[in-house]
Order: sequence, then structure tokens, then C-alpha cells
Amino acid sequence: MSILVNKSTRVVVQGITGKEGSFHATQCQAYGTQIVAGVTPGKAGQEVEGIPVFDTVRDAVKVTEATTSLIFVPPPFAADAVLEAANAGIWLVVCITEGIPVNDMVRVKRALASTQTRLIGPNCPGIITADECKIGIMPGFIHKKGKVGVISRSGTLTYEAVNQLTNLGLGETTCVGIGGDPIIGTGYIDLLQMFEHDEETQAVVMIGEIGGDAEEKAAEFIKREMTKPVVGFIAGMTAPPGRRMGHAGAIITGGKGTAKEKIAALEAAGVQVVRNPAEIGETVQAALGG
Amino acid sequence: MNIHEFQAKQLFAQFGVPVPRGKEIKTPRAAEKWAAALDAPVYVVKAQIHAGGRGKAGGVKITKQREDVPGLTQELIGKTLVTHQTGPKGRKVRRLLIEEGAGIDKELYLSLLVDRDTGCPTFLASTEGGMEIEEVAEKTPEKLFRETIDPAVGFHPYNGRNLAFALGLPSLEKAVVSPFIKMLGNLYRLFMEKNASLVEINPLVITTDKQLIALDGKVTFDDNALFKHQDVQAFRDLHEEEPLEIEAGANNLNYVKLDGDIGCMVNGAGLAMATMDVIKLAGAEPANFLDVGGGATKETVAAGFRILLKDRKVKGIFINIFGGIVRCERIANGVIEASKEVGIKLPVVVRLQGTNAEEGRKILLESGLKVDVATDLWEAAQKIVAMKRKKRKKG
Repeated sequence: MSILVNKSTRVVVQGITGKEGSFHATQCQAYGTQIVAGVTPGKAGQEVEGIPVFDTVRDAVKVTEATTSLIFVPPPFAADAVLEAANAGIWLVVCITEGIPVNDMVRVKRALASTQTRLIGPNCPGIITADECKIGIMPGFIHKKGKVGVISRSGTLTYEAVNQLTNLGLGETTCVGIGGDPIIGTGYIDLLQMFEHDEETQAVVMIGEIGGDAEEKAAEFIKREMTKPVVGFIAGMTAPPGRRMGHAGAIITGGKGTAKEKIAALEAAGVQVVRNPAEIGETVQAALGG
Repeated sequence: MNIHEFQAKQLFAQFGVPVPRGKEIKTPRAAEKWAAALDAPVYVVKAQIHAGGRGKAGGVKITKQREDVPGLTQELIGKTLVTHQTGPKGRKVRRLLIEEGAGIDKELYLSLLVDRDTGCPTFLASTEGGMEIEEVAEKTPEKLFRETIDPAVGFHPYNGRNLAFALGLPSLEKAVVSPFIKMLGNLYRLFMEKNASLVEINPLVITTDKQLIALDGKVTFDDNALFKHQDVQAFRDLHEEEPLEIEAGANNLNYVKLDGDIGCMVNGAGLAMATMDVIKLAGAEPANFLDVGGGATKETVAAGFRILLKDRKVKGIFINIFGGIVRCERIANGVIEASKEVGIKLPVVVRLQGTNAEEGRKILLESGLKVDVATDLWEAAQKIVAMKRKKRKKG
């Protein structure tokens, strides 16, 4: 088992003929993902490494029965691409694009609320179910099928954690990058709930960072509903207030959104929060009883 | 991106939000001319810097005497203001806003931003104008009111009425209720059309002659949307930014200067923050945040080195790369070429992990370059801190 995606997930890549899109589509395919279609307006009939290209997501869905979309469309057009996917009946949209204007996302998020579509990201590395299906830009080889679910606002920091889990032989079920933007499609809570109900997942690693109060909200949920152990790390202990730390959402405003507050909230909810990111793996191992 | 108060007020005026008559002034001579044109009972001379707390720092002067205006201008231009937001170095005043003073009856607070929880634009308003809103939120949360705007339908008069009645505006001053509602609609339009991330009026005043006026104004824009707005880009004031951060931006690097002495260069924002944290855990202070991006290349590494080395405080450099799609041997070659190009005399620790990390470390070790190579994050952090201390003792 896993959450959201597995080896039978059928994926359409929006922006497949671009440099990023074509590279990662082939990488995902090589990992074993069923990349069944690509979309670039005006390029229907072409192929990218044997993947048929369509003009619209609607056409791609009609012909290939894709249920999931992976978006590499540049920022000015990405919001439109997410809405197009939702309109075509795509069930899960994974948006990698970094730099989408916040007010565009405000409208997208509101529009998605009245559909069945779930959005992961934007500004995220994507989602991967180890040894089954990679829908994103993460390096596949560091993942190994196992028992830990991973949720993270970051990219390379997630790889860091995954690498530790794999090296310790714990392995992962599904790893989800939820994105570093202030407005994202899917937050911690929905995913924690899925991992709680996923039989194979025995523990969850949650990697947060400064900005907003998503970690505090997640802490309330964990306290109330989670029975599986959760290990956390919050990046940005040393980040100064009022400065955006790379991610659009990583900023302490009005004294709120500090790492200190988040760590306190998570610890009060029973989460084991490591101060040193090099200790994520060992801490999970200990939580699972060695 | 931040802008000056006078620029925010220009935008307000453009969107039908009432502001005092005022003008950007840079010289006493221009001040004299403008004061004559204003011909107001009270003149307000305000230093324009991108930081709050100007009043307390002596950056705002008020006078009834028109002939005093050039002298006050002389006094403020070129002065360095130190406020709670500028840091100890302060900010040099290069321009002023000179406007007519208003007779203040009541002071309110009003702002608009995107609430990250609901994902919706949200107004915040309070009867406690002129105070730091964080303080109001903490001490008297019952005096802070919110109104969430549904982005699907936009602002409607009922949103305005909700806030107006919550604030008790009709009993404070009936005449301003309808202008208040209209103002909210205009601010919402500004916010969405110009891709603002914050619009704040503190204080929003009710004058003694029953007018509603934005006495101060702050607008922050979403950097990701600047490409849509030439007019907003023109507001950028490079004097208000850290020179190293401007240079980094020009090289597509994400850099934030801090006060410590271990420079760090990392791929990915989350890992970059975590690296700063680990440096602190190891007993030193990070000199910066620097994300060279997921696809670090020789060029980005070289640009990163140049920026780190320009910060005189930096006593050691910690490079932390997790090779995902980027292969570590490429990074290693990049580090070697870049350090030859730039000429590095400081201690450097390179930690490589991920794709082809082994090969990358080998290349570095065999290069003859004086860098220390590490695999483990914690070990690497301890190493650079120890090397810096040793070097300092020797020197």
C-alpha cells in the first residue's frame, strides 16, 4: 500500500516539450511511472520518447485515461494549467512550477474547492511511492520501499531525510513534497490522515520550516488523531524575522511563524522534533523500536 | 518587494483612496517651493526609508511655520535613522515626503493580506490605530476584526458593512461609514490588480472635519508577479537593499545576509536553512542564507563564492550539496574551477551527498585544492567551525 499514487497511476505531463518537462518525463518513465501522455498546445501528434503529445488535457484524458497530471508549465501560465487539468477531470494534479504569483493561486485554490481535484504543490519536488511510481523531480534512486511516510515543504532537505531512512533500511512508503509557497493545494493534515490509514506506513516524518502556521495546525491534528509515531524537523531556527528565506512561504511576519513556536506546538502534540537534521533517520528508527 | 510611503500613497490616490496632499522632496529648495504650493496650516516632513518606527527615531517633523520646512528638510536629508527595523547600522535618508497635516479625531488600523490558512484575501481592522498591530493582536485581540473576501466573487458592500459595524464606525462618525466601505473596495482592487502581498494603513484617520484619510501607507508586492507590472518595478529603490543581495539576485541566486562568520552555499532553500541551523548547533553563527538552486552549476557556484567572499566577516565557507538530479562530480568540478577563478584563502568544507557523491569527493581530494571533504552533515558542520577557530587563533 501507499498513498495517492502507485504503479497503476496514469500520468499526463503538462509542458512535456519544454526542457524540464521532457527531461523529467523520461526520468519518471525510467523509474517505472506510467507516463501515458504529454500536453503542449499546438504540438499534438508529436512524441517525446514515445509519449504521445496532445493539444489539451481534455484530449489527453479522452484518449489515454490519464487520472493524474504533472505540471512543468512556466509561472505565468501555471495557474491556467492547473485549472485546465481540473476541468478535464484530472483527479490529482502535481505542480512543480516555482514562482507562481500568490494571487493566481488564491483564485486557483478557491476554484479547486468546488471540484474533485486534489492539488499537490506548487513549488514542490512532487510525490513518489518508492519502487512504484515517481511523479516529480526527486532523485529516484535514494528511495526504497519501506515503512515511513514523508511529508515536506522542502526539496533537497527531503532527499536528505529520505537518504537517511533508506540507508538505515527503514525505507519509505510515499513521500510528498507539499511545496514552499504560502498557498498550496494540499497541506500536512490531509496527508497525515492518509498515512494514519495506510497499512504499510508505520511512522511519518514531517519536515516543516518557518512561515505560516501549518505546522501548528498539524500539531493539533496529530494530538487528536494520530496513533503512529511522527518525527519532525523545522528548518529556520536561525532565520531572521521579516526576511524571505528562498521559499516564498518561508518568512516570519509580525513575530509569527518562528521555528521555536512550531517546535513547541509539535512537541506538545507528542511529535519527536529533532534539532539536528542529520538525526532524522535514527530518531525514526528509535521510535519504531530500534 | 517593498516601496516607500510616498509611492504607496501615489498608488492609493490612483485607486481612489484619499491621502493627504503631498510630494516626494529631495532638497531644501524643492521643499520651499512645495511648501508654498501646499499653503497648509500644518506641514509634515517625513523621512522615506523602507522601515517602520520612523517617528520614534526622529524621522518625522511637524511644523505650523511654512518657513521652517526647508530647514527641517536640510536636517533630515542625509541623516541616518536607526529604528527597530533597520538594525544598528540604520538607514540613510535620501528622500522625504512633505505633506499637509490633518486634524486627527480618531485613529484606526486597516490592512489587507492573504490569509495562509483560508487561502483568501483578508482585511484586518482595529480601532487601535497608530499602534503596532501585533501588539493589539496580543494584548487586546477583541479589538481586532477580520473580514475574509471570497476571491471567486470579490469584494462586496456587505464585507464593508461587516467591518464597519464591527468597528462601531456608525457611532464613532456616521459620515465616514460609506467612504470607508468604498475605500475597502478600492483597496481590494489595488491588492488584486497589482499583486500586492500587503496593503496597510496605520493610522487610517477620521479628521476633525469628518474625512477619512490614509495618513500612513505601506504596500508590499509579490516578487513572483512583478513581471506583470512595469509601473510597480519602477518603484524599486536599490538604495534600500543590501548590495550583496542585489548582486546575488542578478545572478539568480537566493541570498540573505546575516551577521555570523560562516558563509554557506547550499542547493535548495529548505536545506539551506537547515544548514544555517546546523552551523549554529555546532557552535558558530551563519553569515548568510544562500540557495544556489536545485540545478547548481560551475557558474552558480563561482557567483556564490564571489558573493560570500565580499562579506568581510566570513571566516570559513561551508558548501552543502545534496545531488539529486545534479550530479556531485559536476559540483566538485564546479567548486574546483570556481575556487581557482576566485582564489580562496579561507577554510572550506565541502559536503557532498546523493548522486555520484563518492566520485565527487574523490575529484575534490585529488584536485590538490585546499578544501576539506565530508559526507556527513553534522561532521561537516563541526569541521568548519573547528577550522575557523583554529585559523583565528593562528591569525
